[in-house]
Amino acid sequence: MTHLADLPVWAAIPVALLLLLGASLALIGSIGFVRLRSFYERVHAPTLGTTMGIGSVLLASMLCFTVLQSRLVLHEILIAIFMVVTTPITLMLLARAALYRDRSEGSDDVPAAPPVPPVQTAAPPAPDAAPPV
Amino acid sequence: MKRWWPYPLLTAALVAMWLLLTESVALGSILMGTILATVALWGFRALDPPGGRLKRPRAAFALAGLVMADVARSNLAVAKIILNPRKTERVSGFLRIPLDMRAPYGLATLACIITGTPGTIWVEYNSANNSILLHILDLVDEKTWIDTIKGRYEKRLMEIFE
Repeated sequence: MTHLADLPVWAAIPVALLLLLGASLALIGSIGFVRLRSFYERVHAPTLGTTMGIGSVLLASMLCFTVLQSRLVLHEILIAIFMVVTTPITLMLLARAALYRDRSEGSDDVPAAPPVPPVQTAAPPAPDAAPPV
Repeated sequence: MKRWWPYPLLTAALVAMWLLLTESVALGSILMGTILATVALWGFRALDPPGGRLKRPRAAFALAGLVMADVARSNLAVAKIILNPRKTERVSGFLRIPLDMRAPYGLATLACIITGTPGTIWVEYNSANNSILLHILDLVDEKTWIDTIKGRYEKRLMEIFE
Protein backbone atom coordinates (compact mmCIF):
# COMPACT_ATOMS: atom_id res chain seq x y z
CA MET A 1 0.00 0.00 0.00
CA THR A 2 2.78 2.45 -0.90
CA HIS A 3 0.38 4.76 -2.70
CA LEU A 4 -1.11 5.63 0.69
CA ALA A 5 1.80 8.08 0.90
CA ASP A 6 0.04 10.05 -1.85
CA LEU A 7 -2.77 10.88 0.57
CA PRO A 8 -2.62 14.62 1.27
CA VAL A 9 -2.26 15.70 4.89
CA TRP A 10 -5.68 17.38 5.08
CA ALA A 11 -7.27 14.01 4.32
CA ALA A 12 -4.79 11.84 6.21
CA ILE A 13 -5.52 13.48 9.57
CA PRO A 14 -9.32 12.88 9.61
CA VAL A 15 -8.79 9.37 8.18
CA ALA A 16 -6.34 8.54 10.97
CA LEU A 17 -8.60 10.03 13.65
CA LEU A 18 -11.65 8.13 12.38
CA LEU A 19 -9.67 4.86 12.26
CA LEU A 20 -8.43 5.43 15.81
CA LEU A 21 -11.94 6.21 17.03
CA GLY A 22 -13.37 3.09 15.39
CA ALA A 23 -10.60 0.86 16.70
CA SER A 24 -10.92 2.32 20.22
CA LEU A 25 -14.66 1.69 20.28
CA ALA A 26 -14.16 -1.91 19.14
CA LEU A 27 -11.51 -2.34 21.85
CA ILE A 28 -13.74 -0.84 24.55
CA GLY A 29 -16.51 -3.17 23.43
CA SER A 30 -14.18 -6.13 23.83
CA ILE A 31 -13.07 -4.92 27.27
CA GLY A 32 -16.74 -4.87 28.14
CA PHE A 33 -16.84 -8.66 27.68
CA VAL A 34 -14.38 -8.96 30.57
CA ARG A 35 -15.73 -6.24 32.83
CA LEU A 36 -19.50 -6.63 32.68
CA ARG A 37 -21.01 -9.07 35.12
CA SER A 38 -23.95 -11.02 33.70
CA PHE A 39 -24.61 -12.49 30.28
CA TYR A 40 -27.36 -9.95 29.56
CA GLU A 41 -24.98 -7.09 30.35
CA ARG A 42 -22.27 -8.56 28.15
CA VAL A 43 -24.62 -8.76 25.16
CA HIS A 44 -24.53 -4.93 25.10
CA ALA A 45 -20.76 -4.72 24.76
CA PRO A 46 -20.20 -5.70 21.10
CA THR A 47 -22.75 -3.15 19.87
CA LEU A 48 -20.09 -0.46 20.29
CA GLY A 49 -18.02 -2.06 17.57
CA THR A 50 -20.95 -2.82 15.29
CA THR A 51 -22.40 0.70 15.31
CA MET A 52 -20.13 3.68 15.70
CA GLY A 53 -16.98 1.55 15.58
CA ILE A 54 -17.66 0.16 12.12
CA GLY A 55 -19.23 3.47 11.10
CA SER A 56 -16.02 5.38 11.79
CA VAL A 57 -13.87 2.83 9.98
CA LEU A 58 -16.19 2.92 6.94
CA LEU A 59 -16.18 6.73 6.90
CA ALA A 60 -12.38 6.67 7.01
CA SER A 61 -12.33 4.19 4.12
CA MET A 62 -14.74 6.28 2.04
CA LEU A 63 -12.73 9.43 2.63
CA CYS A 64 -9.38 7.76 1.98
CA PHE A 65 -10.29 6.09 -1.32
CA THR A 66 -12.41 9.00 -2.55
CA VAL A 67 -9.35 11.24 -2.25
CA LEU A 68 -6.86 8.66 -3.55
CA GLN A 69 -8.89 7.68 -6.61
CA SER A 70 -10.33 11.18 -7.23
CA ARG A 71 -13.86 9.81 -7.54
CA LEU A 72 -16.73 9.21 -5.14
CA VAL A 73 -16.31 5.82 -3.44
CA LEU A 74 -19.57 4.94 -1.72
CA HIS A 75 -19.95 1.18 -1.68
CA GLU A 76 -18.97 1.07 2.00
CA ILE A 77 -22.53 2.24 2.64
CA LEU A 78 -23.64 -1.30 1.78
CA ILE A 79 -21.51 -2.74 4.59
CA ALA A 80 -23.14 -0.31 7.01
CA ILE A 81 -26.63 -1.25 5.83
CA PHE A 82 -25.94 -4.99 6.07
CA MET A 83 -24.49 -4.56 9.57
CA VAL A 84 -27.52 -2.57 10.75
CA VAL A 85 -29.91 -5.17 9.39
CA THR A 86 -28.09 -8.34 10.52
CA THR A 87 -26.47 -7.58 13.90
CA PRO A 88 -29.75 -7.22 15.83
CA ILE A 89 -30.78 -10.68 14.65
CA THR A 90 -27.70 -12.31 16.16
CA LEU A 91 -27.93 -10.35 19.41
CA MET A 92 -31.64 -11.05 19.79
CA LEU A 93 -31.08 -14.73 19.11
CA LEU A 94 -28.39 -14.89 21.83
CA ALA A 95 -30.49 -12.95 24.35
CA ARG A 96 -33.56 -15.07 23.68
CA ALA A 97 -31.61 -18.30 23.96
CA ALA A 98 -30.24 -17.16 27.34
CA LEU A 99 -33.70 -16.15 28.50
CA TYR A 100 -35.15 -19.47 27.42
CA ARG A 101 -32.46 -21.36 29.33
CA ASP A 102 -32.84 -19.24 32.47
CA ARG A 103 -36.61 -19.64 32.43
CA SER A 104 -36.46 -23.38 31.95
CA GLU A 105 -34.02 -23.57 34.87
CA GLY A 106 -36.48 -21.56 36.96
CA SER A 107 -34.12 -18.65 37.57
CA ASP A 108 -35.51 -15.74 39.63
CA ASP A 109 -33.33 -13.15 37.89
CA VAL A 110 -35.36 -13.07 34.69
CA PRO A 111 -39.00 -12.05 34.22
CA ALA A 112 -41.41 -14.95 33.95
CA ALA A 113 -42.78 -15.99 30.59
CA PRO A 114 -46.07 -14.30 29.74
CA PRO A 115 -49.09 -16.53 30.21
CA VAL A 116 -49.86 -18.40 27.03
CA PRO A 117 -53.44 -17.75 25.86
CA PRO A 118 -55.48 -20.94 25.69
CA VAL A 119 -55.30 -22.41 22.24
CA GLN A 120 -58.40 -23.96 20.74
CA THR A 121 -57.29 -27.42 19.84
CA ALA A 122 -59.30 -29.87 17.87
CA ALA A 123 -60.33 -33.03 19.63
CA PRO A 124 -57.75 -35.76 19.16
CA PRO A 125 -58.67 -38.02 16.30
CA ALA A 126 -60.32 -41.22 17.36
CA PRO A 127 -57.93 -44.13 17.33
CA ASP A 128 -58.43 -46.56 14.53
CA ALA A 129 -60.58 -49.46 15.42
CA ALA A 130 -58.09 -52.04 14.34
CA PRO A 131 -54.36 -51.41 14.31
CA PRO A 132 -52.72 -52.35 11.04
CA VAL A 133 -51.32 -55.81 11.21
CA MET B 1 -46.55 -4.07 -14.26
CA LYS B 2 -47.72 -5.42 -10.91
CA ARG B 3 -47.13 -8.98 -12.06
CA TRP B 4 -43.55 -8.37 -13.11
CA TRP B 5 -42.55 -5.93 -10.38
CA PRO B 6 -44.65 -6.57 -7.28
CA TYR B 7 -42.37 -4.40 -5.06
CA PRO B 8 -41.22 -1.30 -6.98
CA LEU B 9 -39.42 0.29 -4.00
CA LEU B 10 -37.55 -2.90 -3.15
CA THR B 11 -36.68 -3.41 -6.82
CA ALA B 12 -35.16 0.07 -6.98
CA ALA B 13 -33.22 -0.58 -3.75
CA LEU B 14 -31.81 -3.86 -5.11
CA VAL B 15 -30.78 -2.22 -8.39
CA ALA B 16 -29.10 0.58 -6.41
CA MET B 17 -27.29 -2.07 -4.33
CA TRP B 18 -26.08 -3.80 -7.49
CA LEU B 19 -24.81 -0.54 -8.98
CA LEU B 20 -22.95 0.25 -5.74
CA LEU B 21 -21.43 -3.24 -5.63
CA THR B 22 -20.20 -3.13 -9.22
CA GLU B 23 -19.29 0.57 -8.90
CA SER B 24 -20.59 1.43 -12.33
CA VAL B 25 -23.63 3.04 -13.92
CA ALA B 26 -23.01 1.52 -17.36
CA LEU B 27 -26.03 0.29 -19.28
CA GLY B 28 -24.88 -3.33 -18.83
CA SER B 29 -24.78 -2.99 -15.03
CA ILE B 30 -28.22 -1.39 -14.91
CA LEU B 31 -29.64 -4.15 -17.12
CA MET B 32 -28.00 -6.92 -15.07
CA GLY B 33 -29.11 -5.31 -11.80
CA THR B 34 -32.69 -5.02 -13.02
CA ILE B 35 -32.79 -8.66 -14.12
CA LEU B 36 -31.33 -9.86 -10.80
CA ALA B 37 -33.67 -7.65 -8.72
CA THR B 38 -36.72 -8.80 -10.69
CA VAL B 39 -35.95 -12.49 -10.34
CA ALA B 40 -34.93 -12.16 -6.66
CA LEU B 41 -38.22 -10.44 -5.84
CA TRP B 42 -40.22 -13.20 -7.53
CA GLY B 43 -38.58 -15.48 -5.01
CA PHE B 44 -39.37 -13.01 -2.24
CA ARG B 45 -43.03 -12.92 -3.27
CA ALA B 46 -43.18 -16.71 -3.02
CA LEU B 47 -42.40 -16.32 0.72
CA ASP B 48 -45.73 -14.45 1.04
CA PRO B 49 -44.41 -11.54 3.18
CA PRO B 50 -46.92 -9.51 5.23
CA GLY B 51 -48.21 -6.41 3.51
CA GLY B 52 -47.21 -2.92 4.56
CA ARG B 53 -46.28 0.39 3.05
CA LEU B 54 -43.81 3.15 3.69
CA LYS B 55 -46.33 5.97 4.05
CA ARG B 56 -44.04 8.90 4.72
CA PRO B 57 -40.53 8.44 3.29
CA ARG B 58 -39.43 11.90 4.39
CA ALA B 59 -40.29 11.15 8.02
CA ALA B 60 -38.24 7.96 7.63
CA PHE B 61 -35.14 9.97 6.71
CA ALA B 62 -35.72 12.30 9.66
CA LEU B 63 -35.98 9.26 11.95
CA ALA B 64 -32.76 7.80 10.50
CA GLY B 65 -30.91 11.02 11.36
CA LEU B 66 -32.35 11.03 14.87
CA VAL B 67 -31.38 7.39 15.44
CA MET B 68 -27.81 8.02 14.23
CA ALA B 69 -27.43 10.87 16.72
CA ASP B 70 -28.86 8.68 19.50
CA VAL B 71 -26.55 5.79 18.58
CA ALA B 72 -23.51 8.08 18.77
CA ARG B 73 -24.64 9.38 22.18
CA SER B 74 -25.27 5.92 23.64
CA ASN B 75 -21.93 4.69 22.26
CA LEU B 76 -20.21 7.24 24.46
CA ALA B 77 -22.49 6.46 27.42
CA VAL B 78 -21.81 2.70 27.24
CA ALA B 79 -18.07 3.26 26.70
CA LYS B 80 -18.09 5.35 29.88
CA ILE B 81 -19.89 2.59 31.81
CA ILE B 82 -17.41 -0.06 30.64
CA LEU B 83 -14.34 2.04 31.40
CA ASN B 84 -15.62 3.24 34.78
CA PRO B 85 -13.10 1.71 37.19
CA ARG B 86 -15.44 1.72 40.19
CA LYS B 87 -18.20 -0.83 40.43
CA THR B 88 -20.86 1.75 41.11
CA GLU B 89 -24.45 1.12 42.04
CA ARG B 90 -25.49 0.98 38.38
CA VAL B 91 -28.58 -1.13 37.94
CA SER B 92 -29.24 -3.11 34.80
CA GLY B 93 -32.39 -5.06 34.27
CA PHE B 94 -35.40 -6.03 32.25
CA LEU B 95 -38.18 -3.65 31.36
CA ARG B 96 -41.55 -4.50 29.84
CA ILE B 97 -43.11 -1.81 27.67
CA PRO B 98 -46.66 -1.95 26.27
CA LEU B 99 -46.85 -0.83 22.65
CA ASP B 100 -49.62 0.67 20.54
CA MET B 101 -48.03 -0.13 17.19
CA ARG B 102 -49.06 -3.32 15.38
CA ALA B 103 -47.56 -2.79 11.91
CA PRO B 104 -45.11 -5.68 11.36
CA TYR B 105 -42.47 -3.61 9.54
CA GLY B 106 -42.76 -0.90 12.18
CA LEU B 107 -42.07 -3.49 14.90
CA ALA B 108 -39.13 -4.89 12.92
CA THR B 109 -37.65 -1.41 12.53
CA LEU B 110 -38.14 -0.70 16.24
CA ALA B 111 -36.34 -3.95 17.04
CA CYS B 112 -33.40 -2.91 14.86
CA ILE B 113 -33.28 0.55 16.43
CA ILE B 114 -33.44 -0.72 20.02
CA THR B 115 -30.94 -3.54 19.55
CA GLY B 116 -28.66 -1.46 17.35
CA THR B 117 -28.43 1.25 20.00
CA PRO B 118 -25.79 0.30 22.58
CA GLY B 119 -27.22 -0.14 26.06
CA THR B 120 -30.62 -1.48 25.07
CA ILE B 121 -31.56 -4.83 23.59
CA TRP B 122 -34.91 -6.22 22.46
CA VAL B 123 -35.43 -9.58 24.12
CA GLU B 124 -39.01 -10.61 23.52
CA TYR B 125 -42.22 -9.57 21.79
CA ASN B 126 -45.54 -10.73 23.17
CA SER B 127 -48.17 -10.52 20.46
CA ALA B 128 -51.01 -11.43 22.86
CA ASN B 129 -50.87 -8.06 24.68
CA ASN B 130 -48.55 -6.27 22.21
CA SER B 131 -45.77 -5.64 24.69
CA ILE B 132 -41.99 -5.92 24.39
CA LEU B 133 -39.37 -7.00 26.89
CA LEU B 134 -36.10 -5.07 26.82
CA HIS B 135 -32.85 -5.49 28.69
CA ILE B 136 -31.29 -2.17 29.61
CA LEU B 137 -27.70 -1.74 30.74
CA ASP B 138 -28.25 1.45 32.72
CA LEU B 139 -31.76 1.27 34.12
CA VAL B 140 -31.73 4.50 36.13
CA ASP B 141 -35.30 5.52 35.65
CA GLU B 142 -37.86 3.18 34.12
CA LYS B 143 -40.23 6.01 33.22
CA THR B 144 -37.58 7.87 31.21
CA TRP B 145 -36.87 4.76 29.17
CA ILE B 146 -40.56 4.10 28.51
CA ASP B 147 -41.03 7.72 27.43
CA THR B 148 -37.98 7.50 25.15
CA ILE B 149 -39.09 4.33 23.39
CA LYS B 150 -42.73 5.31 23.07
CA GLY B 151 -42.46 9.04 22.51
CA ARG B 152 -39.26 9.21 20.51
CA TYR B 153 -39.42 6.11 18.32
CA GLU B 154 -42.84 4.44 18.43
CA LYS B 155 -44.77 7.65 17.69
CA ARG B 156 -42.63 8.39 14.63
CA LEU B 157 -42.71 4.77 13.41
CA MET B 158 -46.50 4.75 13.65
CA GLU B 159 -46.59 7.88 11.49
CA ILE B 160 -44.38 6.18 8.93
CA PHE B 161 -45.90 2.70 8.81
CA GLU B 162 -49.53 2.96 9.96
